[in-house]
Amino acid sequence: MSAGIGADSMHGNRFRHNFLTALLLAPATVWLVVFLVLPFIAIAVFSVGERAPEGGYQAAFTLAQYANLPARATAFWNTMVLAPVGALACLIVAYPVAYYLALQVPQRWRLILLALVVIPFWTSLLMRTYAWMYILGGRGIPALLAFVGIEDVRLINTPGAVLLGIVYGYLPLMILPIYVSLERLDRRLLEASADLGATPLSTFLGVTLKLSLPGVMTGFSLVMILLLGEYLIPTLLGGGKVFFIGNALVDLFLQSRNWPFGSAIAITLVLVSVVVLIVANRISNRVAGARRVDLI
Amino acid sequence: MTAVPDIEFRGVTKRYGAVTAVSGIDLAVPPSAFVALLGPSGCGKTTCLRMIGGFEQPSEGQVFIRGQDMAGTPPYRRPVNMVFQQYALFPHLDVEANVSYGLRQARPRLSSREIGQRAGEALEMVRLAGYGGRKIHELSGGQQQRVALARALVNKPAVLLLDEPLAALDKKLRTDMQIELQNLQREIGITFVLVTHDQEEALSMSDFVCVMNGGRIVQLGQPSEIYDEPADLFVADFVGKTNLLAGKVAGHAGDLVSVALADGTVIAARKRTALQQGETVSVSLRPESLSLGAPTSGQLKGVVRNRIFLGSTAEYAIEVQGIGTLLAKADHLIGQGNLFKPGEPVAIGFATGTPLAFPETKNNGTNQRVNKHVEIIS
Repeated sequence: MSAGIGADSMHGNRFRHNFLTALLLAPATVWLVVFLVLPFIAIAVFSVGERAPEGGYQAAFTLAQYANLPARATAFWNTMVLAPVGALACLIVAYPVAYYLALQVPQRWRLILLALVVIPFWTSLLMRTYAWMYILGGRGIPALLAFVGIEDVRLINTPGAVLLGIVYGYLPLMILPIYVSLERLDRRLLEASADLGATPLSTFLGVTLKLSLPGVMTGFSLVMILLLGEYLIPTLLGGGKVFFIGNALVDLFLQSRNWPFGSAIAITLVLVSVVVLIVANRISNRVAGARRVDLI
Repeated sequence: MTAVPDIEFRGVTKRYGAVTAVSGIDLAVPPSAFVALLGPSGCGKTTCLRMIGGFEQPSEGQVFIRGQDMAGTPPYRRPVNMVFQQYALFPHLDVEANVSYGLRQARPRLSSREIGQRAGEALEMVRLAGYGGRKIHELSGGQQQRVALARALVNKPAVLLLDEPLAALDKKLRTDMQIELQNLQREIGITFVLVTHDQEEALSMSDFVCVMNGGRIVQLGQPSEIYDEPADLFVADFVGKTNLLAGKVAGHAGDLVSVALADGTVIAARKRTALQQGETVSVSLRPESLSLGAPTSGQLKGVVRNRIFLGSTAEYAIEVQGIGTLLAKADHLIGQGNLFKPGEPVAIGFATGTPLAFPETKNNGTNQRVNKHVEIIS
């Protein structure tokens, strides 16, 4: 009898445990289903449909929208070039900062400096990008340069301005994962490398850089994926000239109301992002085994 | 003319801010020796090792390696290699790549055939042939230890530095590695400098033991010298087990002093430094120098409190009225049944000259030490 009671209560416990788990997971699940899975399905369905004469979506099954992708080749091209180039520029700026923070700064300054990296995030990116608009605009740096005799410098509405905005806006997202991976780095490995005859440069290339690659790949894919959907920076700093996929999407959904074509572009963008993630994952796994920095 | 020492410290002092980690050390390590730097944590032994490796610079004085002043020479230009505490193996490289790491740094470059061959030989030397393709995290602690050894030795250093190399291993493996290290050192014939806080390790493996305390060398000598003739109370207490008995100098008789113990018993002891009449001293008596016998004989009388039978020997905690608990160690001969039982009264004897009297230092309370024994025993 007692065994039966024990088994019953154990069963009850397990049930209660499962129920609690389900209860805790429910809000997130509902959220994701309603706001991610269903819209995604809708977009996928839209992308094989047709534009209704008055705009919006009309049911159909056609790959015409995908065939039409080259019509937005410029937006794709700009995005595909500026996203990796922007992420790379971010990386080049971020790595020395992260290295300095993790390996050079005395412990008591580290938190303060890290906070300085993060604090700009507390102001909206919109505000900060607007600030750049003025700095790069006619009354900003070009005016200063004119003052010392260098005339007619155009900074705003150039790809360079977009790149600058990208590096500025996404720098913390690149610094933090690299910082984490460098901070975890066992300092004795650097000593061991020096002990075995490696110059500081070979130690950096052979040990430090290799072991921080997971952080680099995490930062790179994080920034890259966000850049693929970037809308704000090219709009404000690129004017109408540097068109990203994000801008194309806004245009298609809100202006010309060509939902199916917009959906096809969106789906393509998602697929590209997934490919980027998988490749980044492969690289960091191959180089550093299972020791990844998981921020996404 | 004597041979140039492999390692030489001349007046080496190392300060970190206001803290002096190493103070005025002079040391010469002869070629092909196995030297242990032994001391409690914070005694400066690791700092000394790191100054040889080049990871720390002396605040004062000079470090020489094979007669060359190493001031300003970075670690990667020093002809020494280190086996790090917890090994510091490269986790992103396999065993073979770890071992050949140093060879790949050599300039002019070595041919990949030579690198492969030498790495293979090094792995064979530490009995890990065939493990080249393994990942570091797939290896056991003992295997990692041997990879670290191979990685250091493959570069044919003038001196091998070992920083607590056995601390992370379990007892059985530690004993095996002690023998293996000793054999390796003899085989290769280069100087090994070992840093350890484990006196047993230092005594068992090395040709010379350098006992350090408070940033200074307290005693340098062969293991048996250190054990038999400790220079001061610290060494007597730190190296091996000993009984420390408090007493006062009652008189002098040539090389010996007579010491009145707390219970009034007067014993003859050797001295290391001049002692004054009436001075408080600690007398060190090694457990194995005590002989136990029938209660009619012997200098001290006590009662057996605990018996720890260890097979070849037996250890006894013996309570002596007015003095405290003494630890005695007696050989056990099979079939003789010479074991004393707890509660049994015994007499403790020792040969003249075995007790060593040291001037009392403040921090080394006799009772404290005696209590420590009791703790270990019960």
